[in-house]
Amino acid sequence: MRWATRAGVHIDRAACAWLIRRFLDHEAEFVFVADPADVPPDATPFDMRGVDLGHHGGDCSFETILRRHDLTDPVLWRIAEAVHEADLDDERFDAPEAAGLDVLLRGLTMIGTDEQTLTVSGPVFDGLYEYHRRRLLLGREPA
Amino acid sequence: MSQIPVERPGPSEWVLLSYRLPREPSGPRTTLWRRLKRLGVAQLGDGLVALPADARTREQLEWLAGDVAEASGTAGLWVARPASAAQEREVAAGMAAARAQEYLAVAKQCRGAAAAEPADRVRALHRARAEWRAVNRRDFFPPPEREVAAAALRELAAVVAGAADRPTPVQVSEPAP
Repeated sequence: MRWATRAGVHIDRAACAWLIRRFLDHEAEFVFVADPADVPPDATPFDMRGVDLGHHGGDCSFETILRRHDLTDPVLWRIAEAVHEADLDDERFDAPEAAGLDVLLRGLTMIGTDEQTLTVSGPVFDGLYEYHRRRLLLGREPA
Repeated sequence: MSQIPVERPGPSEWVLLSYRLPREPSGPRTTLWRRLKRLGVAQLGDGLVALPADARTREQLEWLAGDVAEASGTAGLWVARPASAAQEREVAAGMAAARAQEYLAVAKQCRGAAAAEPADRVRALHRARAEWRAVNRRDFFPPPEREVAAAALRELAAVVAGAADRPTPVQVSEPAP
């Protein structure tokens, strides 16, 4: 399936792309567009203004995708808190790693293309997932 | 060769959000106001705010425009240049002055905390650091007060670190969680 988002990916779009590929569509192909009008007709748009999979009611796009696709994995919801804070910084959640994620993603966008940002950030989110999975199981920070 | 050419660019691009929200319910108005404040926008008029344009500020205002539309209001996003450099300076000066007040408040917090109990000092340092970062994120035209606040933070951090090196003989601390 094809998925489209705005060019110039940052934390929310990178996290959404990871989420889509890992949990919704392993064959996902991403298209980056400058204008919502450029979204190909066969692609599902996300993290763009005016689309269903965007910001709604104070949620960032990552949270919206979790809701729309009934993804209830608590580890994903913990990652959603970090993505939300890195993207919106409204102090709704306590996610100390958000500031670091934000800096890392911003730096990545400065040195490579959107495709490269997704390639590099994918394993970062995989690691984040594993960390929070273990943390939730242990009830404290894993070694 | 020795002289760096002094660039005198004309006014730069700004991204503007024009918006109208119904009076009632007041919830969305309050939320929007809080978000705009957090972004450090310049209020150009009633229902018209501006930020220096870059990919990030544009995106932030774009989402807010979406929020306004979802709350049954109308919003428009514009990219514009001030017609004169003087006008741009005036807006920038207003934004810098607003940030200057916020930095001074951080500096005051730090000085007030220096004489407090050690545990309160640590808490005050955390709070002041977070506040400084938040102000810095919305600071597009850094005023000199930024450094005043940074220096006050460093001083408080030094006091906190010094106290940690020399624990007072009778230390009443909470048990570790």
